[in-house]
Parts: sequence; structure tokens; C-alpha cells
Amino acid sequence: MIVNEQVAVDHGLKKDEYAKICELLKRTPNITELGIFSAMWNEHCSYKSSRLHLKKLPTKGKKVIQGPGENAGVIDIEDNDAIVFKIESHNHPSFIEPYQGAATGVGGIMRDVFTMGARPIANLNSIHFGSPQHKKTKNLLRGVVHGIGGYGNCMGVPTIAGQTSFDSSYNGNILVNAMTLGLVKKDKIFYSKAAGLNKPVIYVGSKTGRDGIHGASMASASFDEKIEEKKPTVQVGDPFTEKLLLEACLELMAGDSIIAIQDMGAAGLTSSSIEMASKGNLGIEINLNKVPCRETKMTPYEIMLSESQERMLIVLENGKEEQAKKIFDKWNLDFAVIGKTTKSKKIELYFDEEKVADIPVNTLVENSPMYDRKWKKAKLPKKNKIKKEDLKHLKIIDVLKKILANPNVCSKEWIWQQYDHTVMGDTIQKPGGDAGVVRVHGTDKAVAASVDSSAIYCWAHPLTGGKQVVCESFRNLISVGAKPIAITNCLNFGSPENEENMGEFVECVQGIGEASEYLKFPVVSGNVSFYNQTKEEGIKPTPVIGGVGLIKNYQNMITMDFKEVDNLVLVIGKTEGHIDQSLFARNILDEKNGPPPEVNLFNEKNNGETLLKLIENNLIKSAHDVSLGGIITSVSKMCIKGKKGINIKKPKYLINEIEYFFAEDQGRYIIEINKKDFKKVADILNKNAVHFDELGTINENELYINDKTKVTIDELSTSNKSWLINYMSK
Amino acid sequence: MKSSVITFPGSNCDRDMDVALKKFGFKNKMVWHADAELPKSDLVVLPGGFSYGDYLRCGSMASKSKIMQSVINFANSGGMVMGICNGFQILVETGLVPGVLLRNKYLEFICKNVFVKINDKKNKFFKNVDNKVLKFHIAHNEGNYFCTNDQLKEIEDNNQIAINYCDENGKIEDEFNPNGSIKNIAGIFNKKKNVLGMMPHPERMIDTSLSGEDGSLFFKNLINNLK
Repeated sequence: MIVNEQVAVDHGLKKDEYAKICELLKRTPNITELGIFSAMWNEHCSYKSSRLHLKKLPTKGKKVIQGPGENAGVIDIEDNDAIVFKIESHNHPSFIEPYQGAATGVGGIMRDVFTMGARPIANLNSIHFGSPQHKKTKNLLRGVVHGIGGYGNCMGVPTIAGQTSFDSSYNGNILVNAMTLGLVKKDKIFYSKAAGLNKPVIYVGSKTGRDGIHGASMASASFDEKIEEKKPTVQVGDPFTEKLLLEACLELMAGDSIIAIQDMGAAGLTSSSIEMASKGNLGIEINLNKVPCRETKMTPYEIMLSESQERMLIVLENGKEEQAKKIFDKWNLDFAVIGKTTKSKKIELYFDEEKVADIPVNTLVENSPMYDRKWKKAKLPKKNKIKKEDLKHLKIIDVLKKILANPNVCSKEWIWQQYDHTVMGDTIQKPGGDAGVVRVHGTDKAVAASVDSSAIYCWAHPLTGGKQVVCESFRNLISVGAKPIAITNCLNFGSPENEENMGEFVECVQGIGEASEYLKFPVVSGNVSFYNQTKEEGIKPTPVIGGVGLIKNYQNMITMDFKEVDNLVLVIGKTEGHIDQSLFARNILDEKNGPPPEVNLFNEKNNGETLLKLIENNLIKSAHDVSLGGIITSVSKMCIKGKKGINIKKPKYLINEIEYFFAEDQGRYIIEINKKDFKKVADILNKNAVHFDELGTINENELYINDKTKVTIDELSTSNKSWLINYMSK
Repeated sequence: MKSSVITFPGSNCDRDMDVALKKFGFKNKMVWHADAELPKSDLVVLPGGFSYGDYLRCGSMASKSKIMQSVINFANSGGMVMGICNGFQILVETGLVPGVLLRNKYLEFICKNVFVKINDKKNKFFKNVDNKVLKFHIAHNEGNYFCTNDQLKEIEDNNQIAINYCDENGKIEDEFNPNGSIKNIAGIFNKKKNVLGMMPHPERMIDTSLSGEDGSLFFKNLINNLK
């Protein structure tokens, strides 16, 4: 095939990018080379629109062992233990083929984690669908949930937490973000940097097929009406092979024969080999005839661009081939020496004794395009004036029931019951709480993790929204008694070529940066997914934050279920009555304008750290952060989980009841304490200048408000639990 | 007491079982599926997981693996064998226990706590367990127990039903059946009751920080019965 500008454009490259390739090579690339450039230079692999802004994120901290740039981030959890973690998107493939798209998303992120030598110990996911009324939503939801379960369950890694939302902006572009945490010894972490000349380059895992060719390019473009034709670009997952690959890799890693290792994810053999060479400042020579293929007559182009799953590339020490091969034979996996490291600093490919590609590595990596895209700053919307008369006719209990049954608040048990969340025998906090918690096997320590996003707030004001998501992650970890350590982010946005979408990206990233800097909650890994858009219509900006924290003694973990009748319930943090962009305003008043709640980083930090102090002093019986639906929604969930009721007395200081109960002011928590501890708790809160309200006392099974209004917890529980089950069984 | 846990390539509850057995006093060995010989054992456990990926019928390939011939001989000579979840699926494929396991009625994987009623205590697995009802945990996609009417009659006549899904008071009703199993069957024995296959995972219920402690009851009792 003759390569020209049109062929390059068909590969998703821009005309000027093609000109730059010709200039860098000082000749016209052949088709294999063009394929390699298009795979490395697409948005998904090159981060060409985002790099400039991602650089500004805080990535360092005392506990950070490895920040962004490797397969995943690594943090120190003491005693020579470290946690490897990352979140990644698989949005485009999941819309085209929900089961395989979601499954391979989970497979890919687990591979990123065990490539670094860590055994995966927990999975999480953040999934977002179109309006429940949209004709595709139900099938997409079912397919994605089955896919996530199908892969994670087979791998034997518990899925411990997640997040599901519905919004019509995802009608044409769903989001599937998967996160994995792995456990590794600090002195046994593996990296992707190749080193040394003439070292054997090894291919292990599944055979290479024709699936997933151009997957990364597909994920770097918007959807149009021809989307169905893109099905062949979706990879097909085989979790059993991945389980074998995991065990074989960990067995090989126990020895000292690996110099560098890299999984074949997006852009397969192309990006894995180039990444290793680039980081090691070396060249790599590969004989493509040696690559194990599943199908006959595969061309060099197809072999290099296949995104077949469950494959790894390893640079070994010389002379260790036989020893390594034995391990992969034991696990029935392919093992082939396909090339070697060279000093050429080029990627050189041979096929049928002919040289089929010859590209300097730096042209693919350092010289890849980087754009300073135009972006538009968002204005802070004006506050709505909500008329008090509009609120008067509302009955709190009716509103509460509606909110508890709202698709974005209701119980997601139907989903997480399909994920094995207890395998490995260390899950001490299951899905449905503020964060999932797993013990560090055989120790007193436990690791907490949570995934969060607030697309509505980000859409209303990206800068505030960006900050808010980080704060929510911080709060969720603190609510289970964990000290927040670091985050990973998955930045899902529309087209970067659109100034407004690019503005949303830039300002969300700025917000994330400010909050993580202030809270000392650095970003150690992440992923950007642009072009979540169909034709001109993009999704609401959806940065997803995965937070990780440590509980030193797992016996001190906190859960959100109310524990004991007669205990006191307090609200930590001040309620100002911010209703704009709240679930209440949008769904009950049908008011979609206005600014999101303000984020005060000082209060966030101070309130959170003070709560941790209370927890350390064993003064907290249960805790839950206040988020969607405000105080009353949070309290109701604590009642439902604990099968207890509460007598609520609204504090006198504020505004009307509705605003007090449904406002979504930030930095707040609900806590349960023993009556006899009240003075101690109040002292600590006062000493740290933390505002608190006395909200009420726990009772057997009813929710009372100011002695007048009441509802049974069973009734609230039914509202909360039935929506999703009914929706899926219709 | 010596136990052996068989590790198939896709087993993923083998470590959990090892932890549980050791916690309650067994000297446990992990045995690789490609080995021919079983070490000397008082109990052999086939753990949960996806033995060979289970792309074919669950457990069917595992039932033909090298180690299984030794396990079958061991069981036929009266040795104690327990299959949990995928291990149960493997046992039905070998024919050591009767019946088959179909996909769950609602075609979905289920991971949750369940209650099971002990149907028969005249066996070494459940003898001396004080409780009538145990809180166990299930996590499976193919746990819908099925057999022919003739088989069912035989199973019932021989008292081979080990445990049934029920509510916390031991009431066996359709609404407490998580997967559509005939007669709410959660586990069954072979005729001699030295082989037990069950879907629930007692190894996930062995301390208060997990889902509960009824698994501890089960294992403590088991090791005492084997002594």
C-alpha cells in the first residue's frame, strides 16, 4: 500500500502531523511505520492536548514512591509494604460492545498493576450511563456490569466499591472507568525502563490476533452514525489467561531475572516496545516472525497494531531465558524471544528477513505533537433566588422518599451483588459504604479506597467542581477512619478541539490541582479520555477521582450504619443552605441553573482532620459524609444500613427546614457518638474551631423530625432499594 | 490433621481455604493439578474459582485433570472430600455426587450472605454443630442445582441433602432461594457421606471483621470430627 496524505488522514492523523512525520524521518513512511506513528501520536497514547496541563498537578509527597509516568502510581504504607494503583477509562469500546469493552477495561487496569510486581487486591469502578428512559441505557448497564463481573470475578480479585450515575449527557457516550489496587513489597517493584545492550526481549501471554486493531485511535475520535462498524476495534477479553499471566509473572518476579516489564495495552506491541526503549534511552530490534500469532498470514502492520489482550513484553537478563520459559510453560502460556535491546535508539522491525520499519524512538515519543489548545474560561453562574413559597407546599418526607429513590442516590446493590466482593478473605468493608476497605493480608493494616465524581458541579463551574471531587474523595476515606494518602484521576471530557470542552478540562484540572495540593493528597497516576462525544454533543465534564488511604489498625475502621439506640447524632461542618445544583433543586424544583456549592479547602482539611482525631480517640460509633441529597439523605442511609431510627431536632440557627435538610454545602459529615462522650467530642471540635450541630438521638426504627413528622425506616429502605431492581426487571 | 487443597490453574479461593484450614489447626498442603499423587491427607478440598476458565461447562475440564483420578480413588476408598463452589461443580462433573449445576435462575452472578439449614447431622461434616441454621456466603454464577426426579427421590431417601437455602429461622421457601436450585439445595453428599459438595464458602466467614463467624463453627467442628 502506498502511503500518502490521505492514508495518513484515514489513520486519524492531521495533515500537518503527517508532514511532521515525513520531516522527522526525512522520507515517506511505509504503511507499517505510518500505523506505528498513528498509534503513538493519537490522543489516547500521546496526551497531546492534555500534557501541558497535567504537568501542573501536584505529584509528589512523603508517601509517594512513584508518581505518573509509569504503568501505575505507587505509595508507601509502611513496613516495606506499598500500594500500586491506577484508574483507567474504557469508555468508547464499552459503548460499542458493553460486555467486552468493560471486561477488557478491568483486565487492562489489573495488568497495569501486576506489571509493577503487585498482586491486585481490590477493584473499583465508576460507570456512567444515559438517562434511564433512553432506549440503550438498560442494555448498556447490564452488559457493562456483566463484563466487569465476568472479568474481575474470574481473576479472584474483589470489587470493593464503585459509583454509578445516570445523566442524559451520557446517552451517546457512556463512561466505564476501572481502578485496581495492588500490594507489593517496596523493594520488589518492577518498572518499564529497559537497560543494557543485547538483552533478550521476551513476549509472553496470549497469542496475537486481529482484534482491537486501531483501538486506541478509535478511542481518540468522536462517535458518528457509523459507530457500529467499529465493533472489530473492540478487544475480546480472556480473564482465565490473565489469571495465568498474573500468577506466571509474579512467579518470575520472585527471582531476579527481569530488567524491565511492560504490559501490552493500548496500541499493543507498538507502545510497549517503544515505551521500554524510550525510558531506557535504547533501541529495540524485533523479528516479527517470532511473535506468536493466533491467526495465519498476519502482516507486520497487524501484528504491531493488534490490541489482543493478556500479553506482556519483558526485557530479561542474559541467560535467564530457560528458567523463565519453564515458568510460562507451567502456566501453559506462550513464551517467545522476539528481539533484543540495541544501542541504535531506533525501533527496528524485521519480517520475512526484510526490514519493515526503522524509526528513531525519540520521533515517536519526545517529538510527538503537543498542543496548547484554545480554551474558554467558565463564568461562575449567578445564584438562583428560590422562592420560599415554592418550598412551602413540599412535604419533607415525600421529597426524601423521592430523593432516596432517585437513580443517582438509590441503592446499587443490584450491581455490586454481581461482583465478587469477598474473595481473598480480607474485605472488611463491602460496597455500599463511603469507601471499600481491604486488610493488608496477614497484618493489622487496612487500605481504604473510593471513586468519586460530580459531573453536575463540574458542568456548572469546572474549577469548583474539580476541587469538590478531590474533597469528596478525601471525605469518603476519612469517613471510614482512613488517613488519605494519594489519588489517581480519570479525566473524561468531550472534544479538546472544542474551546468550551477544553476549558472544562483545563479548569477541572486546575481545581483538582489546587485541592490536592492543599489537602496534601497528590496525584500519582491517571488517564485522560477525550472525545466522549457524538457528533457535536459532548458529555458533562466528568473527572473521576480514585482516592486511597490507610487504616493503621483495621479494628478501628468506621462504618456508616447507626449502631445503638440513644446515641447522639451530630453534623460536623456548617450548613449554609446551598441549594443550587443540588439533587433537590434539579430534581424536585426542576431548577438546573446556578453555581455549585462553594469549596472551602481550609474547612475541608480542618473538619476532616478533626474527625480523624475523634476516630483515633475511639469516640466515633459511625460516620458518613454529607453529599448528594444533603443531611437528611445521609442520615436516612445511616438509618437504613443500621436498621435504626432517629429523632431529629432541626437546629434553630438557620433558614427553613427544606434548605437545612437538602442543601449540599461541602465539608460536612454526620457522626454518631455515645451520650457520655459528648463533652469530650464537643471539646475537641471546639478546640479545633469546627462547627457542629446536635441533630438528634437514635431510636428503634422511625425517623422523626421535630416530633411532628415521622416515617418508618422500612418505608425509606423500600424507596431506596426498589428503584434499580424494578428498573432492571421491567 | 492433614489436609490438601488442590490448585487448578484458575482456582482463586485456594489461598482463602489454606488460610481457613490452618487457622483451625489443619496441617495443609497445596497440591498442583498436574501432579499425579495426593499427599497423605485426612481431608481433600477442591476450592472455588474458575479451574480452567470454565468456558466449557464449569468444572468439566478439571474433572479430567491428572490429580482428579487420585482424588476420585481417595473418595471411593472412603476419604473425606469437600468441594466448595467451583469445587462442587467439579464434583458433579466427576459423578462423585449426583446432579448438575446450571446457571443461576436470573442469569446473574450473585455474591451475598445467605442462610442455610443443616439437613443432616449424621456425617462427619456437620455432626455436633449446635446450630440448625448457619449464615454462609455465596459467590457464583452457576449454582442452580438440578437433578432428575429419580435422582431426587434417591437423594432424599438416602438423606443426601446436606444444606438448604432458608431464612434466618430455618424456613425453606422459594423467596430464600438465591439461584433457583431444586428444593433450595445448597449442598449435597455422596451416598456414604464422605464427599460433600456445596456452593457456599465457609472460608469467607472465619472472623468477625468479615461477613461473620459461622464458617469458624464449621471448621472447628470439622477438625474435631476428623480426630
